[in-house]
Amino acid sequence: MKIRVLAFARVREVLGAPESELALAPSARISDAWGALLARAPALAELRASTRVARNGRIVADDCALQEGDELALLPPSGGG
Amino acid sequence: MLLIVRDPIDVEAVSESVRSPGYGGVVTFVGLVRERADDGRGVDGLSYEAHAAMAVERFQRIADGLRECYGQLEVSIVHREGELRVGEVAVAVAVAAPHRREAFAACADAIDELKRDVPIWKKEHYRDGSERWRENAP
Repeated sequence: MKIRVLAFARVREVLGAPESELALAPSARISDAWGALLARAPALAELRASTRVARNGRIVADDCALQEGDELALLPPSGGG
Repeated sequence: MLLIVRDPIDVEAVSESVRSPGYGGVVTFVGLVRERADDGRGVDGLSYEAHAAMAVERFQRIADGLRECYGQLEVSIVHREGELRVGEVAVAVAVAAPHRREAFAACADAIDELKRDVPIWKKEHYRDGSERWRENAP
């Protein structure tokens, strides 16, 4: 299945693009998406612990299951205001 | 008015947006780009980026929380994204309430909450040419 990945701030810089696509196995979970992203950009490893993931706008845990067409947003610690 | 915008913020319009005959006071907080970072380094400008849809949803949740706490009030939150120079408005928060006490308290809470956890990111660009992502304290 295909999912869309939105990356922000440091994570965007490490991934090299604000938006990208991942092709994952049909039963994939958030942790599998991380695996694919780390394969693409190994330097993400040091940001992973501080980066939360939102699936379709909701923060989710690593074992949350994914569905075709999901939007994953990679959210490093925020700095608004 | 709960928005992430690319164009300069019209503070007067934000303040105006919360007014109505039932409210006796409006408190508006305006956050500006400062010329010095917390460590004293000279700042040229900031760039902000946001997950706009999630950020606006958080703004809504902040507004709902304020009403639970302080009763009836009107809240507007507008945050810039993109490249900002020193002196530009990064964020404007306006709260209208029946009386000043609630308006002051709710406006302070709103900006504190915004800094705590809204998906907006800030990079400081320093005068010496370097740059750094700045995170708010959790």
